[in-house]
Parts: sequence; structure tokens; C-alpha cells
Amino acid sequence: MLSRILFTRLLSTAVTLMGVAVIVFVIIRVVPGNPIAMMLPPGATDADIERLKAFYGFDKSILEQFIVWLANVLQGDFGNSISLRQPVSSLVLGRLPATLELSIFALLMAVLIGGGLALIGTRSRGTATEAAIDVTNGMALSIPDFLWGLFFILMFGVLLPIFHISGRISPSLNLDFSTNFYLVESLLRLRFDIFMDLIGHMFMPALALAIPLAAIIAQLLKQSLKESMNLDYVTLARTKGYSEYQVIIKEALPNAVLPTLTLVGVQFTFLIGGTVIIERLFSYEGLGNMAIDAVINRDLPLIQGIVILFAALFTVINLVVDMMYVVLNPKLRHA
Amino acid sequence: MMYEVRDLQLSLPDMVRKPLLGPAPKIDILKGISFDLPKKSVLGIVGGSGSGKSTLGRTMVRLLEPSAGHIKFDGQDVSHMGEEKLRPLRRRFQMIFQDPMSSLNPRQRIGRIIAAPLELHGWDNVAQRAIEALVMVGLPESFAKRYPHELSGGQRQRVGIARAIALQPEFILADEIVSGLDVSSQAQVLILLEDLVRELDLTLAFVSHDLSVVRRLCDQVIVMREGLIVENAPTATLFTSPQDDYTKELLAAIPLPDPDQPFN
Ligand SMILES: Nc1ncnc2c1ncn2[C@@H]1O[C@H](COP(=O)(O)OP(=O)(O)OP(=O)(O)O)[C@@H](O)[C@H]1O
Ligand SMILES: [Mg+2]
Repeated sequence: MLSRILFTRLLSTAVTLMGVAVIVFVIIRVVPGNPIAMMLPPGATDADIERLKAFYGFDKSILEQFIVWLANVLQGDFGNSISLRQPVSSLVLGRLPATLELSIFALLMAVLIGGGLALIGTRSRGTATEAAIDVTNGMALSIPDFLWGLFFILMFGVLLPIFHISGRISPSLNLDFSTNFYLVESLLRLRFDIFMDLIGHMFMPALALAIPLAAIIAQLLKQSLKESMNLDYVTLARTKGYSEYQVIIKEALPNAVLPTLTLVGVQFTFLIGGTVIIERLFSYEGLGNMAIDAVINRDLPLIQGIVILFAALFTVINLVVDMMYVVLNPKLRHA
Repeated sequence: MMYEVRDLQLSLPDMVRKPLLGPAPKIDILKGISFDLPKKSVLGIVGGSGSGKSTLGRTMVRLLEPSAGHIKFDGQDVSHMGEEKLRPLRRRFQMIFQDPMSSLNPRQRIGRIIAAPLELHGWDNVAQRAIEALVMVGLPESFAKRYPHELSGGQRQRVGIARAIALQPEFILADEIVSGLDVSSQAQVLILLEDLVRELDLTLAFVSHDLSVVRRLCDQVIVMREGLIVENAPTATLFTSPQDDYTKELLAAIPLPDPDQPFN
């Protein structure tokens, strides 16, 4: 079962990535803006321009450019960034850990907040508490992540400066990191001072990303939980002397969680998409921030690399969610 | 007496009409129910949809707590007993539910589903006892390893029966246990239930829409309407000379086959 899913998924992933590559390749070449013009000082001669164009291969047709690019990519070479003059693959992979840590931290926050609210709302269904949770959810859902980001910068960065509002780590700290997974590495090396500094930087952007997802989780999970609470076997569990929370967590949750899980998978990819703006807002040195610079500089190879990486990331996430669904669903597991 | 029920009332909050803030208004579902159920007799509970049959059943096995009135089980007042004190009594009254998909945990194997209550009551050899219960309801031992979704509707309902009888109860409440099944499985499950009641000396309350089944199975019938009992009579009396208009309506609405004919 799992291996079959894995195989079809790998196949469709390859097709998807190919499609993404074609679309991105074409789009960034037909939109106005010329990377060469941005690289040369004013007054460069036509010959200079032609020389640079030829150097980066921009003098060829889009089809030819694509074939060259694809052939290189298949050998692991994503080209060189025009603006940063370094290999795209090392630039992009160097930034990926920062974005992954931010997104996963935000996801954990969303699951904790949303899951907690769903449990409390189910426990107190029919009371004013549930109504309050519903109203809060509605508000959280109608405000996008970057507005939360701005709000947090004003509230906890400017008015009550509790958190850092910019960057990933305080420049004074230095651990000589051997990976770019700073958060994980600081934890493994037991440098809790650095860990806390990283969290202090990450907290607000992660919370801004987490709130809309938390609201979605709270809403959907509470709905499923409330339906499960009416199932007869859940009612029977009360006769075991379980408390209401035990009944919810042990009996209702395992089955109620499946629809939420699927949705969280989809929403997590949106959350990662949200990092582009949020990282910019908080000057967080991740992939998203790099993507905006790349677009501003018309750094075509870098844009391509980042987009392909994002696309690969999304398909991996969807794959993981599908696998979890199969593992957690007894009807599929024993089919 | 197995059960003595006196002026039993139950109201639940009505979530549909609940204002955003403040408590939900109450709706009365049972409005004062009284009847006696002698030991080793079979009681039929009939009535239209929404008349409160399931609610009455759930209150009798204390899955719900009454708002007023009393329920005595074998002489003990269980109306407001706490879960700890109820525990030893729970073994003695069991319920078989209408919808087995809702009453069997989809994540547990059948063997586990039947054994869990036995464990809760501190019995030993629970796995063996679970298998014995399976055999008693006519299912192969191997079903202990299966999950509920791997069974047919009739088999699932048999599992519901097995779970109930495994605890060797004195009373079983069967709430429309065949209404979701096709006609031939209905007959099989009913025959099984009838046999078990006789073999195990059970007292049974049988909730049903099907008056022909009630006529065949039950000694006494109560007819419910809008949370009240409109008629309570021995089966023969009820079917030959119904007193209440609503009972007459129910009898007229349902084509009665020859009651002496066996099921199927
Ligand atoms: N949890 C609940 N909250 C509010 N109202 C409820 C609840 N459960 C049942 N009711 C209402 O109580 C009434 C009686 O329901 P009950 O399930 O006891 O009827 P029933 O006689 O078993 O019907 P059926 O033959 O359809 O099974 C119905 O009007 C139903 O809408
Ligand atoms: Mg019912």
C-alpha cells in the first residue's frame, strides 16, 4: 500500500516539477525587466551587453535556454546567481534551513494553539466559552498573516519591546554553526542562550504565520470532535470512569483528527508561501527573503532555483501527509 | 422487579435555539414516564420517530442522567448514582446500540472491543471470554482479529450482542438493533437474540418500529408518544384491544403478518 503510493507519487512529483520548471522558465523571461541591464554601469556599450548576454546564455531562444538549463539541472547544477555570483544550489540550500525552522516552528504553534482551542471548545460545547472561541476564530481567519506581522512589530517590537523584530539571530552571538539549522544545532549543543535568542527572533514571525492556520485547525477539529462525541462508543467510554477530557482525547480525537490532518497538510504549504512576505517584514534571512531580492534583481537562475525548491518542498509535504493518512486510517491500513 | 421507573423526566439543552451568549433553552424529551419491568420478561418499546425511545433506553442504562424522577434497578435507585458506584451495576445492565458503526470503535479489533469492558470489571481470561462470546453469537473465532469495517452489517450487530452478553448481564436493552439490516439478516439476528434471552435467562427491553416483531418477542409493550407513555399493556391485550387512539393508528399503519409464522 505505502510503497505503491510512494511510487505513483514519485512519478507524479517528477511530472509536476517539470511543469513548474517550464512555467517559471517562460514567465520570468517574458515579464519586462532585463537582468543584464541591472548588472552593468550606465554607459556600457552594446558590445558589453552582448558579451554578458552570451555569457549567461540569454542570447539564445527560450527553448534552447531551457534545454541547456535542464541538462545542467539533471547533473545537479542550477547555474550561478547573477546578483550574488555564487552557485544557486549552495545559496538556496544555505537559506532553506532558516525557512524550514521558521515554518515548522509556526506549524507547531498552530497545532498547539488550534488543537488546544478545539479541545477546550469541545469540552465546553454549548457554553459562552465555546461562543468566545468561535468569535475569536472568525476574527483570526479574516486577518491575513502579514497584518498580524505588522501588528506584532508595533505591539511587541516597538511599544513593548519584548521580542526582536529583525533578523534571525543577534549579531553579537556566535556559535560557529556547522549547519544552517541554528535552532536544532543550538539545542543539540546545549547552548540554550543561543536557542532562546533564536526563539526571540522567530517568535513573532512564526506567530503571525501560525494564527490563521491555528484558527482553521480549531474550527475544523472542534467540528469533528463534537460530531465524534455523539458516537455511541465514545458515550460508552464515559462508563470507564474517564473524565471529559480523557474521553475527548482518548476516544474522540483519534478518529476526529483525520480530516484536520489532510487540511493541515494543504494549509502548511500556504503557510510556507506566507514566509515570503513575513520573512521580508522581519528581515529574517530565509528563502522567502532571498526570493524577493532575486525578483527585484531579475536574478533569473536564482528565481528558478528557489521556485523549484519550493515546489519540491510542497510535494514532499503532501506525500508525508498522504502517508500519515494511510497509517492513521484503519480502513486503509488493513485494506 | 428488574426495573421500577417512576415519573422519569429528562430535558436536554437545545443547541439549535441557543443564543450566542447565555445558556441554551431546555427541551423536555421525557416528560414523566412510569412503568415496571418484571424480571425475565421481555418489554417492547414502540412509538414514532423522536418519541423518546432511545432516550428512555439510554437513561435506563444510565448513559444519561434523569432530570427528575427515579429509576430503580433490582431495587437500587440508580437515578443519580456516580460512576464509581455504578460500576458494579453496569455489568448487570447492558445496551445494544442501533448503529454498530457508531458503537464499535473503528480503531479497535473486535476481540479488543469485546474484551475491554471485561477488563474494566476486573475479569481474568478476557481474551478467551471474548472469543466464547463471539462463538455464542455465531461468529468464527478468527473475527476477534478483525476490525469493524471488515464485517457485514449483520456481523457487526452480532458483535454488539457479543459485547453485551460477554459480561453475563441480567438485563439487556436492544435499541432498534435490526433496523439497519436487510430482511434476512434481520431475521437471523432476531432469532439469535430470542435464543440468547431464553438460554441466559435475560430480562430484555426491545425498542422497535416493527410491531410484528414486538408482537412475537415481547410479553409487555409500552407505546410512547412525545416523551410520554400513552399505553402500557400485555402484548396480547395491546394487539387485540388497543385503548389509545395513537396505538390504534400505529397498529393500523403497519401491515401485520401472521404472528404465528416464524421469522423469515
Ligand atoms: N442530544 C440531544 N440534544 C437535543 N435533543 C435531543 C438529543 N438527543 C435526542 N434529542 C431529541 O429528543 C427526542 C427524542 O429522541 P430519541 O432519540 O429518544 O427518539 P426515538 O424515539 O429513539 O426516535 P427514533 O425512532 O427515530 O430512533 C427527539 O426529538 C430528538 O430530537
Ligand atoms: Mg432511537
